[in-house]
Amino acid sequence: MPIKKDNSITADTFLDGIWKENPVFVMLLGMCPVLAVTNSVSNALAMGLATTFVLLCSSGLISLLRHLIPKEVRIATYIVIIATFVTITDYVIQAVSLELYNALGAFIQLIVVNCMILGRAEAYASKHHLLKTIVNSLGMGLGFTFALLCLGSVRELLGNGSLLGYAIFGDSFQPWVVMVLPPGGFIVLGAWLLLFNWLKERKINNTQHSSNTFVKNKGVV
Amino acid sequence: MNQHHSPQRASSLSMIITLGVVAMLSGLLVVLTWQLTLAPIQENQRIMIEKAIFQVIPKATQRRTYQIKNNSLTAYDSHKSNTGKNKKNNSALLFYAAYDDQGQLKGIAAEAAAQGYADMVRLLYGYDPQCQCIRGFSVIKMTETPGLGDKILTDQAFLSNFSALDARLDKAHNTLAHRIVTVKHGSKKQAWEIDAISGATITSKAVGKAINQGAEQLLPRLYPYLSQLQTLNASTTKPSHNKKGKQ
Amino acid sequence: MPVDSISFIFLNAFLINNFVLAMFLGLCPFLGVSGKLNTAWSMGLATSLVMLISSLSAYFINELLVYFQIEFLRLICYIAVIASAVQLVEMSMKKFSPLLFKALGIFLPLITTNCAILGLALFQTNKNYDLAQSLAYSTGAGAGFILAIMLMAGLREKLELANIPNTSQGAAISLMLAGILSLIFMGFAGLGG
Repeated sequence: MPIKKDNSITADTFLDGIWKENPVFVMLLGMCPVLAVTNSVSNALAMGLATTFVLLCSSGLISLLRHLIPKEVRIATYIVIIATFVTITDYVIQAVSLELYNALGAFIQLIVVNCMILGRAEAYASKHHLLKTIVNSLGMGLGFTFALLCLGSVRELLGNGSLLGYAIFGDSFQPWVVMVLPPGGFIVLGAWLLLFNWLKERKINNTQHSSNTFVKNKGVV
Repeated sequence: MNQHHSPQRASSLSMIITLGVVAMLSGLLVVLTWQLTLAPIQENQRIMIEKAIFQVIPKATQRRTYQIKNNSLTAYDSHKSNTGKNKKNNSALLFYAAYDDQGQLKGIAAEAAAQGYADMVRLLYGYDPQCQCIRGFSVIKMTETPGLGDKILTDQAFLSNFSALDARLDKAHNTLAHRIVTVKHGSKKQAWEIDAISGATITSKAVGKAINQGAEQLLPRLYPYLSQLQTLNASTTKPSHNKKGKQ
Repeated sequence: MPVDSISFIFLNAFLINNFVLAMFLGLCPFLGVSGKLNTAWSMGLATSLVMLISSLSAYFINELLVYFQIEFLRLICYIAVIASAVQLVEMSMKKFSPLLFKALGIFLPLITTNCAILGLALFQTNKNYDLAQSLAYSTGAGAGFILAIMLMAGLREKLELANIPNTSQGAAISLMLAGILSLIFMGFAGLGG
């Protein structure tokens, strides 16, 4: 039976992006901002929301125009559209809070090369109608923000003893400074991936009583 | 499936039209956003810079921006400059003159930068012409080690170095009488030395280097204009006839 | 070493603030292509070439943008230039070294979304580097990228023979390794300063 294109919007359309197809933990996309701006929860949150905004707008526009863009120039068009919305986000953040802008640095503009956004445009927005694309992009964006927050909270808590700037531990807490430095970013992400892999393995082992089936996850981008 | 699923290639014309339309649409959106956000962004930048200036020159309530270029002092209008970021001007020296409510000069503030532990440390330092000393600094941007390098912001002993850091010019007013230098923690003897924070030597040294370089560059060239700048309403926009003539 | 000097800028991009291990740029290929030393070397070389071309083009385009006071178009112009540079390298590789082209496969067009290239262009613009400094910066960045990806590839090749738990295979262990490498590179801080 031929596979019919599913135009319906289900709960999965939204939830896929958060858990099953989480852009960071499962698909390993958009790594650069994940490590760079997660040294504090507020930075992580801002970056997640900015990326979600760009994802929503660009995939929305691309979905609207999907029948009009010739196949040959689609990547170029997608990139221009994404770059436009990133530029807009860049200026809006500068206008709203210069401190936040300085904290996030050049990584706002680097949203444009976040493989997640281009990947979504290519794989989803160009094939589904507007509402479905928006729901899915919202899920993806929130999944991305969730991943950023996972990292941000651990790194800020251990590296600074605070969350969102509020001190959690007392004065005698010795911050594990490396957590807010580059090596800490790598290690914390590796730890989270380890945790998720372990959870996945446990689920698989529980549903398959016969063992000897281990999932070799090669982590190809 | 699409209704018109024709396997033939799109014509060059349709490709060009698509790209052209998309480019125009993008350009329109970007220009619109830029126009709308220009005023708030400039306001934010103004607030940030003034916060820093009034922090390093307390008791000041107003400020003017000047630049020294080609041996003349002119008021600097940031609205006329085409980029918001620092454009590398060949020899123009930018500084801020801070005045109190009565229009009396309270101090001069200028930017300086030097390489720290991780990246550049950019700061604003405050200079008091009365005592010919540097009275404080405020960090504009730095990415030093949290908990170590950023102690330069909070360590009281370090900050007390700047209650009156000697920045006198020598007799010919051509250069600093004594190089401002950061010395090992606990070995400060002279008024122009900065006692480093133990455990954060590199960042402390960066502060010293930045201030020394900035002062070396600005103060000799600023000296001829100090009398002009004393009061706010003096016409400081006309080029002055200075005899120094050094660069 | 004076901060503005060519040698310091090169050293900075190469070791002190290594693009991959300190500035988190170029991670997708770093994690994805570093399985084997050969592919890593080719990928590193291709990326460095694109870096050089993009850096040069970005410098001249920026001069143009500043002249006409349309800096708000900077991002769009840069990404367009990078996409074109990648296309150029892809076509020339196809012609002059088809074996390499086959080996790199899908990863060549992915260089377009490599944050390191765009990051390089943006950083050099922010720091107001002139032409010579930009070239030093991009050469250093390219060399640093090659260094990082080769180190990782070497480690991962050894890892194939090691006995590690299933849960940590793949990206998890690569990231841990990258963390250790990053820690090592922190030792270069303060060099030349």
